[in-house]
Amino acid sequence: MTLDQLGIHHKAIIVCIKGEGILRKRLLEMGLIPGTEVEILRVAPMKDPLVIYIRHYTFTLRKEDASLIEVEEVSHV
Amino acid sequence: MSKKIVLIGNQNCGKTTLFNILTGSFQHIGNFPGVTVEKKTGYIIGSDDELIDLPGIYSLSSYTLEESIAVEYLYHEHIDLIINVVDATCLQRHLYLTMQLRELDIPMILVLNMIDEVKENQNDIDVLKMKEILGLNVIPISASQHLGIDDLLQALKHTQSQKTISHSLYSSQFYQIVSPLYNIIEKKTSIYHLPLHYCLSKVIEGDQSIFSLLHFHQDEKIKVEQMIKEIEKKTQKDRQLFIIETRYQYIDQLEKKCFTMKNAYIHQKSEKIDSILMHHYFGIPIFLFILFLMFYITFYSLGSFLQLFIEKGILFLSNEITNVLLYCNVKGWMISFVSDGLLIGVGSVLSFLPVIILLFFFLSLLEDSGYMARIAFMMDKPLRQIGLSGKAFVPMLMGFGCSVPAIMATRTMSNHRDRLLTVILTPLMSCSARLPIYAMIIGVFFQSKKFAVMIMIYSIGFITLILSSLILGHFVFQGEPSAFLLELPPYRFPTMKNVLLNMKEKAGDFIHKALTIILLSSLIIWFLQSFDLQFRMVEAQDSLLATIGQYLAPFFSPLGLDDWRLSTAFLTGLTAKESVISTLSILTSQFSSLSEALSLLLTPHSAISFLIFSALYMPCIATIAAIKREMNSFVLAIMTVIFQTCIAYCISLLIYQLTLLFL
Repeated sequence: MTLDQLGIHHKAIIVCIKGEGILRKRLLEMGLIPGTEVEILRVAPMKDPLVIYIRHYTFTLRKEDASLIEVEEVSHV
Repeated sequence: MSKKIVLIGNQNCGKTTLFNILTGSFQHIGNFPGVTVEKKTGYIIGSDDELIDLPGIYSLSSYTLEESIAVEYLYHEHIDLIINVVDATCLQRHLYLTMQLRELDIPMILVLNMIDEVKENQNDIDVLKMKEILGLNVIPISASQHLGIDDLLQALKHTQSQKTISHSLYSSQFYQIVSPLYNIIEKKTSIYHLPLHYCLSKVIEGDQSIFSLLHFHQDEKIKVEQMIKEIEKKTQKDRQLFIIETRYQYIDQLEKKCFTMKNAYIHQKSEKIDSILMHHYFGIPIFLFILFLMFYITFYSLGSFLQLFIEKGILFLSNEITNVLLYCNVKGWMISFVSDGLLIGVGSVLSFLPVIILLFFFLSLLEDSGYMARIAFMMDKPLRQIGLSGKAFVPMLMGFGCSVPAIMATRTMSNHRDRLLTVILTPLMSCSARLPIYAMIIGVFFQSKKFAVMIMIYSIGFITLILSSLILGHFVFQGEPSAFLLELPPYRFPTMKNVLLNMKEKAGDFIHKALTIILLSSLIIWFLQSFDLQFRMVEAQDSLLATIGQYLAPFFSPLGLDDWRLSTAFLTGLTAKESVISTLSILTSQFSSLSEALSLLLTPHSAISFLIFSALYMPCIATIAAIKREMNSFVLAIMTVIFQTCIAYCISLLIYQLTLLFL
């Protein structure tokens, strides 16, 4: 599955970042590298963008960009 | 010898706070990623070492405009020492930049900021071990609590600014994999005196500029590319991932050895606040309420009270000065110059000072607390529909008040295209200075439909903005629609000192502008309004300005606005939009009142046209100057003026002709 499909407060492990170019590089550099745990914290009131928690910090990205991130879900809360 | 020291770190890591402490200067600090858009310099207290504060960056690959500024600077200036500031509460991500900076082989001190927050959460960092592993001087501080600053100052004094070549920065496994490549690069870098690891990782990343920097021949280049292909095959990773992962693996190892994380999730408080402020249903209503309150206080209650106060003060001062001048038998034109040109012109603009200060007081609270980033987050989706980013929302909203601070507020936007578009579109938000025009016209023609007409004006402005954004975004500023990657900083309590600093800075900017550009333009208008072609002092209706207005009048006749007095008023509206009404009242002084004059000059149809043109046409001088300054482009400012005036003309024309046909 991809990150945009993950439910709120669900955690997952990043498998790979698809896409190419500068955006992919930036996502990797922000610490979204394979094997890293990521949690969806919330969704904006208008359902986009997402807030994720990764490597002890919080940041937002659009669903469109999140769909480039292949993840494997780990647990339900 | 004095040293050149650079302060560098991720956005929002407390760099600017530290800069202020180290230099004793007073920069405004924001809790919105990307506040330091230009670089700032100062001197470290008690020494002649220069300190440069660069924009916050996440990595050395320059994704945004401000990152490019920082990276360019790092590469092309001779730097003696880097102070790398990292947020100790989220070291993993902040250390990524540290990894890259280390590759540059420039002497560096690593500053762990916000160490107090780490300890509050019962976490701990083994600084000694970190020093040993990284081979860097590591200093824990808390810039906001003034902890560890002396240690840092001592370290700055004693750190050698001699460059050393590091041969081993990563795991042995890394060197095993890259060893053939490493050998080639090492030879080259020792010939051309370039940092080894920097070149190595740039070659692996596939940065083309590095090949020419290292003077690679074509056959060498092919050989190197072949080696990288083998690395990709061996590791089952592409070259980008390989190098980025190498750095993060190193950080993960470091974390295991040096950090004790009892309480891994330390931003729980922020998370709780977010669950209310960004609530699924209440998030946006709460936000709208906060905005309403902010605008109400700024523009209506407190703001307009203070504004009236200043206006009265200026009028009083102007009268007194005129009296003194009269008493001293000063010539008539001199008195007119001082009271009508100088005092009224600059005074009418200065009366906006309280509004500007209040507006920035609230914006500063929003920014410092961390709420601003959340607004951008919540508003991203609706704004994206029209080709803008969520970060454009706050500036646009401020445009309802005054375009000048609104344009200044776009500094927090990182993407250049988004910022450009926002700057150009912001003046379309009907500013508060146009309100007197609406009030006057509506009072004369549409008293019974007051509310509906007001809504109509604002809606036309808003629709124009949306359409312009779509058209400009599609045809003129195509560019990449930038991804919306925004860090949400933890909520922090705004400090009064910081808020006051911000207000002081913005007020200073504004006063400076009032005393330069606006002073000059008021004097020009005064001159044009008081003299004729033979430079004789005349009444307004015979002045140069009236002559120009008469030339312009035919241009406005398709809009139903063919009286020269109307076009002259539009012209003086350039200094400030309030001047439209004041000019009209001067030019129609032979009538018993302005209302009577207006009912003769305009029909209900052309009144609509007048309203729409006033709402949309070119911004005032102060706004044009702000666009020029912020975008550093005179051409762009002029283009905005032409663009808006054309739009205003077309829409007024369309609506006027339609109303003639159907109403």
